[in-house]
Amino acid sequence: MSATAVAPRLHGIRRRRGLVLAALLAAVCVAVVLSVTIGAKAVPLADAWTALTAPTGTENDIVIRSLRVPRTALGVLAGLALGVAGALMQGHTRNPLADPGLLGVTQGAAFAMVASIILLGTQSLLAYIWFGLAGALVASVAVFALGMVGGRGGPTPVTLALAGTAVSAFLYALTSALVLLDEQAMDVFRFWQAGSVAGRGPDVVWQVLPFIVVGLVLALVNAPGLNALSLGEDVARSLGQNIALTRGVGVTAVTLLTGAAVASCGSLAFVGLVVPHLARPLSGTDHRWLLPYSGLIGAALLLVADVIGRVVAPPGELEVGVVLALIGAPFFVALVRRRKPVRL
Amino acid sequence: MRLQAAGVTLGYGDRIVVDGLDLGIEAGTVTTIIGPNGCGKSTLLRALGRLLKPRGGEVLLDGKRIDGMPTREVAKVLGVLPQAPTAPEGLTVADLVARGRHPHQTWYRQWSSDDEGAVALALEMTGLADLAERPLDELSGGQRQRAWISMALAQGTDLLLLDEPTTFLDLAHQVEVLELVRNLHQEAGRTIVMVLHDLNLAARYADRLVAMRGGRVVAAGSPHEVLTEELMREVFELDAKVIADPVAGTPMVVPIRPLSRP
Repeated sequence: MSATAVAPRLHGIRRRRGLVLAALLAAVCVAVVLSVTIGAKAVPLADAWTALTAPTGTENDIVIRSLRVPRTALGVLAGLALGVAGALMQGHTRNPLADPGLLGVTQGAAFAMVASIILLGTQSLLAYIWFGLAGALVASVAVFALGMVGGRGGPTPVTLALAGTAVSAFLYALTSALVLLDEQAMDVFRFWQAGSVAGRGPDVVWQVLPFIVVGLVLALVNAPGLNALSLGEDVARSLGQNIALTRGVGVTAVTLLTGAAVASCGSLAFVGLVVPHLARPLSGTDHRWLLPYSGLIGAALLLVADVIGRVVAPPGELEVGVVLALIGAPFFVALVRRRKPVRL
Repeated sequence: MRLQAAGVTLGYGDRIVVDGLDLGIEAGTVTTIIGPNGCGKSTLLRALGRLLKPRGGEVLLDGKRIDGMPTREVAKVLGVLPQAPTAPEGLTVADLVARGRHPHQTWYRQWSSDDEGAVALALEMTGLADLAERPLDELSGGQRQRAWISMALAQGTDLLLLDEPTTFLDLAHQVEVLELVRNLHQEAGRTIVMVLHDLNLAARYADRLVAMRGGRVVAAGSPHEVLTEELMREVFELDAKVIADPVAGTPMVVPIRPLSRP
């Protein structure tokens, strides 16, 4: 085989990756259509289109515009965010069991929301979400700072994971103690913990959108550096990669993405744990492909789980977090049994 | 002088491993560092490759302080292959070698025809073109080591630092890797610095040997000058006979017994 014969094959690999990307995009589009049309009130596709393009104030129009569209948009955003954050987290820690909540983000959000209800009497959903976001950021910064203590030259994946576990456990204890004191906080916390995209208006979508957009951009910028890092720190450094900068960008992206997703939709970090395992067989180990694949699969998965939750228990609904765990857990077990566990 | 350590002091934590060491690497030579376990040879190589920051002194690349240069610029000139590197499972040979192009890529231009050519050439030079799509973990130890060297080649640097590139390989695969190194040197004129444990192979494949003990350079020069019975006693505490290698004519060490443990 000559050098010139290798090149076309390398081309072929990249073309196949582009096709998979297109297929995943199509899957998300299908999931969006399902999510807009299916529910307690089924809306035919043609009516849904009319509602979006030329609304006349019919019942269908109101259902679509004020309920289904924001819910679907939030599902797409949260799924993208958690899928990408999960892949980033597993890449940075080189641990296939890492989930995006590992940095204390989830418990930080929960604690801040509950504390704001009890201490400040916060009432509105938008305000909860702001507090949740702030809590997620503060917890992540605390974990990063703790992870740095004692280590030479920046936090390592191990010190980060240990600090994250400690901070999460501490915050969870505080949250548990607080919700016992206050019934309203307990109610908010219960529903937050189940995880849901229902009942959030367009204002919530606009509230978290900038955080998720910035997080996604940082994640994509991080991908080549993460590829270098996955060969070990020494090789990454010899390839000219600044390790501390790469870790910092990665942690920031995970924090923004996970913080925005869990503050608005509740504890759905399971998506971030499972999705990269679905994406990896399609993408291989290249994070430039793994991250977008994970995001798209996360979005499709979250939407489909939400649609299933709307139809399985009429007239009520099952929270998307519950559905995800119910279908996700057995699926994850099957996945683990079929393929040997992946070393990262 | 391509690469130079000027009075470098190196260590980890509280422990000083190398204290005030001087060493120069000439362009276009193969230099091999030898010495007993723990003598600081890998530490020195890491410092030469700016993987370890010196406590004192400095490392100069083409006369400029390597710490002061942007790490990505260094990566275009100097490649380092650490000891026993690990790759994520399922990574293919082609993907690994392609990652050697990292310093030449920017976030907006991830792949160019230069990259394509360098990867194809690196695969070709290491004889891995037919294995390009195989996952690394399905290869033999020797093939895997060649794949890592191929990645370092794709980086396109004319200075290459290899830390024990033959560890865990059987003799045939050791020779295979060292023949590859020799070709890189002779055909492509690359400057190579490596750490080796096998003294006889070191003598056969190096222009220059550097013998270290206790963080100091004890002797440096041609294999004939360095690899003597006296040096074996001083550096390795080994009573040995040094004869001419019947194939290459380079010095060959035949061990007799350790000095300290009669």
